[in-house]
This record gives sequence, C-alpha cells and structure tokens, in this order.
Amino acid sequence: MSTTASTKPRAPLTARALSKRFGARVALRELSFELAPGERVGIVGPNGAGKTTLLSILAGVLAPDHGDLIGSGRRAGWVPQQPSLYSKLSVAENLRLFARLERLAEPDAAVERMLEQTGLRDRANDEVGRLSGGNRQRVNIAIGLLAEPPVLLLDEPTAALDPSQRERLWEFISSLGDDGTTVVFSTHDVSEVERHAHRVMLLAEGELLFSGTPGELERAVADGSAPGAGRSADLESALLRFLKLHGH
Amino acid sequence: MRWLLIKDLQILRRSPLLVALLIVYPVAISLLIGFALSSPPGKPKVAFYDQVPRGQGIVRLGSQRLNVGGYASDLLSSIQPIRVRSLAAATADVRGGRALAALVIPADLPAQIQGLIQEGVGSPTVQLYLNTSDPIEREFVDQAITARVTQVEQAVSKQVLRVAVDDLQEVLNGGRVQILDQSVSLLGLRNARTIVSGTLRSLPAGSPLRPALRRVIDFADLAIEGLGFASPVLGSIGSPLTVQRFELAGRTTPTATYAAAIAVVVSLMFVAMLLAAGMLAVERSENAYPRLARGLVSTPALLAEKTLLAGGLAAVTALLMAAGVSAFVHLDWGRLELWALALGFGGLAFGALGTALGALAREVSAASLMAFGVSLPIAFMALVPASAVSATLASVLDAVAFAFPFRAALQAASSAFSGGPPALVPALAHLAALSLVFGALATLAMRRFAKR
Repeated sequence: MSTTASTKPRAPLTARALSKRFGARVALRELSFELAPGERVGIVGPNGAGKTTLLSILAGVLAPDHGDLIGSGRRAGWVPQQPSLYSKLSVAENLRLFARLERLAEPDAAVERMLEQTGLRDRANDEVGRLSGGNRQRVNIAIGLLAEPPVLLLDEPTAALDPSQRERLWEFISSLGDDGTTVVFSTHDVSEVERHAHRVMLLAEGELLFSGTPGELERAVADGSAPGAGRSADLESALLRFLKLHGH
Repeated sequence: MRWLLIKDLQILRRSPLLVALLIVYPVAISLLIGFALSSPPGKPKVAFYDQVPRGQGIVRLGSQRLNVGGYASDLLSSIQPIRVRSLAAATADVRGGRALAALVIPADLPAQIQGLIQEGVGSPTVQLYLNTSDPIEREFVDQAITARVTQVEQAVSKQVLRVAVDDLQEVLNGGRVQILDQSVSLLGLRNARTIVSGTLRSLPAGSPLRPALRRVIDFADLAIEGLGFASPVLGSIGSPLTVQRFELAGRTTPTATYAAAIAVVVSLMFVAMLLAAGMLAVERSENAYPRLARGLVSTPALLAEKTLLAGGLAAVTALLMAAGVSAFVHLDWGRLELWALALGFGGLAFGALGTALGALAREVSAASLMAFGVSLPIAFMALVPASAVSATLASVLDAVAFAFPFRAALQAASSAFSGGPPALVPALAHLAALSLVFGALATLAMRRFAKR
C-alpha cells in the first residue's frame, strides 16, 4: 500500500497541541499532527482513549480547551458513529435537506452525485428507516461528503456492519482517496487499519503514543526502538505490546 | 429554518398514527373537561312512595284550603322519580342501585301540617333513604332534595301567611267566609264600629249606655289601627329579602362560551407542548442534532422553528375545534380573526414552553411524558377559583398561573370568542412576554441538550 495518493497540494488539516478536559478527566493531551491530501488515517486505541473526542474536535462539534486547528470545522465532512439521519425521510430527502442546510449552490446536483457515488440510486425514494445498516451508513457517509470536503472524518464507520457490508463500505471509502479526499477514521478493528490506512495514530488516555504506517509500528516493536521491544506476529499483537510497553 | 420546517412537516405527514393520537387525545380530554364544566348535573333517580291517599292531601287554613299534593309535585321537579307502591319497594330500589335514594311521604303529613298551623306544635316530616355506598352520589342527592325541600317550605309558609293576612282583612273589613261548607257573612271591625258609633249618637245625652259604648268604640279604633298595621308586616315576612343584581364588568363571557374556551385552550396546550417537546427531542433521538449544530442551524433558529411548527399546528387544531364547538355553543364568528390571533399567540407561548421541556428531557419519550405531566397541573392551577382555597394558597396559585401561559391563553380565547372581559390586548402581550421568557429558558436548556 502506498503511503499517500496526493492530488491536493496543501495539508488539508493541521492540529497543534490540542487539549480537552471533561471536568476532572483529561480527554486529550496536547495532540499535534498534520494530515496529507488523499491520506487515509486510522485512529486506534482502547475505550476512553479519546478517539471520538478527537474526531469531534476536528469536525467542529466540540471546541478544544487549548491548541489550534487549521482547516477543520465545517470544511471537514463528518460521519458520526450513529447514523445522523431522519428515518422517516427517504434517502434523497435526507440528502436534499442537508444539501440545502449546507447552502450548496446546486443541492439537487449534489444529491444526484451522491446517489451515484454511493450506489443508492435505486433506493433513493426508500425511507431510511427501512434500509439495512450498511446502506444507512452509506447515506450517513454521503451526507458527510455532500459539500465535497477536503477531509472526511468517520467515527467507527463499520461498527454495526456485517463482514460483507464492511467490505463494500471500505471499497467505497477507498475510492474517495482517488480524488484527493483525506479520510480519517477511528476503529477498534486493527485489521481494518492494516488493510485500509496509510497511517495509524495510536491514542491512549488522551495521549498520541504513535503516528506512522502500520509497518513502522510493527518495526518499532520488533527492532527495539520501543522500550522493551521484541518481535510481534501481526499489527494487533504489535499494538498491544506497544501499549503494554507504554504502561497502558 | 424553512427547510427544517418542511422536513418536520414531512415527518409528521408520515407518522399518521402519532399525529392522530396527538390531536384526538387532547381534543377528547378537552371536550370532556368542557362538558364537565358546562353541563349541570342531571336529576338523581329517586324512588318515590307517597302514602297520602288520593284526595286527602288537603289542609285547612282558616277559611281556605291548601293542597299538599301540589307541593309534592314541586318536590319531584328536582329529581327523576321512580314511583313505587310500598316502603319495601322503595328501599329495595335503593339497595339494588336502581335509585340513589328513596323519598317517602307519610300518610299523616297533611295532619302534621294541619296541627302545626292550628296549634303551632309538631314538625311535619318526610323520610329520605340514602344509599351510602358512594359518598359523592349520596351528597349529590341529599343536596338536591334538601334544597328543594327548603323551597317547598318557603312556598308553604308564604301560602299560610297569605291566608292569615286575608283573614285579618276580613276581620277588619268584613266579607264572606266559608265555614263548614257554608258561606257566612262576617261583619268586620270597621263596620261594627260604624254601627256602634251610630247607636251612640242616637242615645240621649244622659243615657247610662253611653260610657260603655264609648269604650267599645275606643277598643275598635285601637284594634283597627293595630290590625291595619299587622297586615303589611305579615305580608313582608313572606318575602323578607329581595336580591337586586348589578353587573359591574360590562359584558360577561357566557358560561357555555367560557367552557368552550377552556376546552379549546386545553387542546391548544396539549398539542403545542407535546409537539414542541417531542419534535425537538427527535433531533437528538435521530442523532441529527450534532450535525445541525456544526453551523448548519443556530440554536435560536432551531428553537424558533420548533416553536413555530408546534404553535402553528396547535393553533390550527384549536381553530378547527372552536369551529366545531360553535355548532353547539355560541361563539362570535364575526371575531374570527381575533380567534386566530388569540390561539396563535397562545400556541407560540405553549410551544416555547414545550421546547424548554424538550431541551431538558432530551429524549422523545421523556419529553412527551414531561410535557404531559406539566400540562395538567398548570391548567388546573389556573382554573382553581380563588374563593375555593385559602388566601395564601390563592396567592401562590395566582403567581403560578401568571408564570405559565394557560390563564393568559384562556383570557385571550374567551375574550376573542365572546368580546367579553378581560381585554384581549393585555392577554396577548402577556402571552408574547411568556413566549420570550420560555424561549430564553429553552436556549439555556439547550446546553444540557447538546451534551453527549
């Protein structure tokens, strides 16, 4: 897998020392990173690591307590973990509503484009409440893509899907990189990161422990660059050892 | 905001069961309340056993006769009588639930009344058997019959007094009276005095009869003066007090119109509050709010949209209901635009309150329950008459009623329906102020709504 498929020249999103607290609990500790155009980044980490909080801040849903974000907020397309759709409206009506709320110049054209892109044209007039989980998630992603954002943020997009639905969804997400859209997704499934991400960001207790390719993470554990390192059989083992070595 | 409004209408159009429930239920509740307030209680079913033999209900009052049976029929006008032929049948009807009570007129009631009139002793008594299994029904029938008995007593008293006054007049002025079915001529005090006075004048000056006749004339003068004064006094005792009524507030909203206004406003309140609270909570239940809050729709715009949607639909529902009710109760159709204004302002105030509740509750089921739970108390608190509770509690209820839209909406609606007081404009201003207050509270509550 190539590192990036860049067609857009500038970094679409840069984070500098992002911090967030919820009361006494620290959700994020001074996270800094930069995303490249067309890059697919997988965010992994244990429950409570801060994955959803980070994506929410990148999406502009939450405000950071400290730190800067360049190129986020409404410019990013956001796909929350639970489909954010009106179940009594049809697929086309949901898309049209959000296209209008996004104040797109040509909402109907955007709806047509997304129906085409997601392969949901034949289900356009079906109520979303009657769709399968996979198709609902497609509509959810389509809404995130309506404004043709440079960055698409997906919070555990395959969490409620069966294997075949996941496979179709990843085909669709992978195709987005072809036009330079940067995709950032969170997941608990390390194999998805291994197969579909150019870069893995490992979070634990709000701290960014690692940022690099999946191969680099495995090598970091194997070649001893990580404290207490040793050889791992796969990415998941490497990730678990990495976390253990860092006291998590 | 326009697109959100269209979206919500689409959602409602595709939820016919929900919409039907949302409209039918409050309308049914409000109609029941309206009917309960406007309809007097029906006449209680009472078993009636009259032991007085036919034709023997006559009481003699001096030269006149009083038919007790006529007053018994007055007594029956306040009940729905079930005539029975024995005391056992009467009590059996009460025990069996066919009658709420049994009223028994004893055979000697005319004699009891006769004794009271002639000798001033005794207490004529009718018997009332009450079913004590239901205390409310027992109280209802007891009050209905007791009130009527009091009226009958007053009627009998007036009749006795009238007879007494007539007899006094005859003693004074003379005339013809019936004694033992024979017409007898009565001389009268005035005529007797005239005769004695004539006799006195015809006697010689030194007649020994003169002093005695002079004393008879003096007595007659004294009696005429005293009895002449007694007649109007006795007459006045029959109707000692007359109530003259004055209406100080100009036109008054008729009771039936007021009851219709209550029914319509209860409906307006339910629809607006349930819809506003529910439709706001739907944004969270559908997980759409975080997406909207990313700058697609501002919080005030979202709240305004829900308030307009709920208030508008509630006002339309209430208007249709008022139109339907006007087939049975007089509502002034010439003031239709004022109906719309009153119900529109009321709908907005209730809608704003509903959004505040929806923002607090966050979930559809909790929001609906909260809206329903809050609705009934604010309606009842506004309807409790101040005279029915202590002064302190009345002040508390008054303050609560002022802080919520029900009373102001009711004032606006009753004024719009009839043109009676209170004035429409202050009520509309009150509703507008409450809309702003609850809108501000809803904006604060949205902080909780936005939390994950």
